[in-house]
Amino acid sequence: MEIPALAQYERALQFRAQRNEVLSSNIANADTPNYKARDLDFGQALKSARQSSISMTTTSDLHTQAWGMTKQGAQTLYRVPTQPTLDGNSVSMDVEQAQFAENALQYRASLAFLDGSIRTLRMAIKGGE
Amino acid sequence: MGLFNVFDVAGSAMNAQSVRMNVTASNLANAGSVSGDPDKVYRAKHPVFSTFSQSLAGQSGVAGVRIDGIVDSAAPLQLRYQPDHPEADADGNVYATNVNTVEEMVNMMSASRSYKNNVEMINTTKDLLLQTLSLGR
Repeated sequence: MEIPALAQYERALQFRAQRNEVLSSNIANADTPNYKARDLDFGQALKSARQSSISMTTTSDLHTQAWGMTKQGAQTLYRVPTQPTLDGNSVSMDVEQAQFAENALQYRASLAFLDGSIRTLRMAIKGGE
Repeated sequence: MGLFNVFDVAGSAMNAQSVRMNVTASNLANAGSVSGDPDKVYRAKHPVFSTFSQSLAGQSGVAGVRIDGIVDSAAPLQLRYQPDHPEADADGNVYATNVNTVEEMVNMMSASRSYKNNVEMINTTKDLLLQTLSLGR
């Protein structure tokens, strides 16, 4: 059973885990000839989530909708290389490391949000104790 | 859980880099070898890396590193005229290996950096997984 309050964080975590895999593949293949660096687009994943996620009832135009990530994985795209290389490898180590660190931080953030939601639910169950 | 694939990916890359390091060590160790027979002289060896993604859960974007083989360098041997050398051929020539010491040192540094990057990657992912395990405590 999926608890709606937790589902969006769970999907965000899934996206971050998937992106972690893709970025680590880039770093692992930094010395492989003809390897092309890849990445996932968070904006695009969020956009597709907006179209397919369940909507809340709003009573005013000023209310915002809550969006969660979709279950299906985001599309893998090739990164635009910043510098030409002799061996056809498009991994730029500084870019990849920065993105990897950012992604790990975002994963921890999603984890903290999920943890907070679990605590809130537990507090509600126990009646505020 | 997708994060476990990172261990396979980084593990394959660390394996590839350690093979590269071994080959570099053998090249540097033989950097001074000479022979009277051009077929017997040591030639610099280099590993060939390629990427593979079939066995890793079939997910797009997840790719490890594989070593396709170790090839001998095609660089020309150095011919030296040393008639007093015990290995010299009939013309008094010996053939020195085609190991380029500078190139090998650069290879060694590159392999060591890449190896460290992969270790860091595993550490970060391990931290993330451990944090996930302690969720809701």
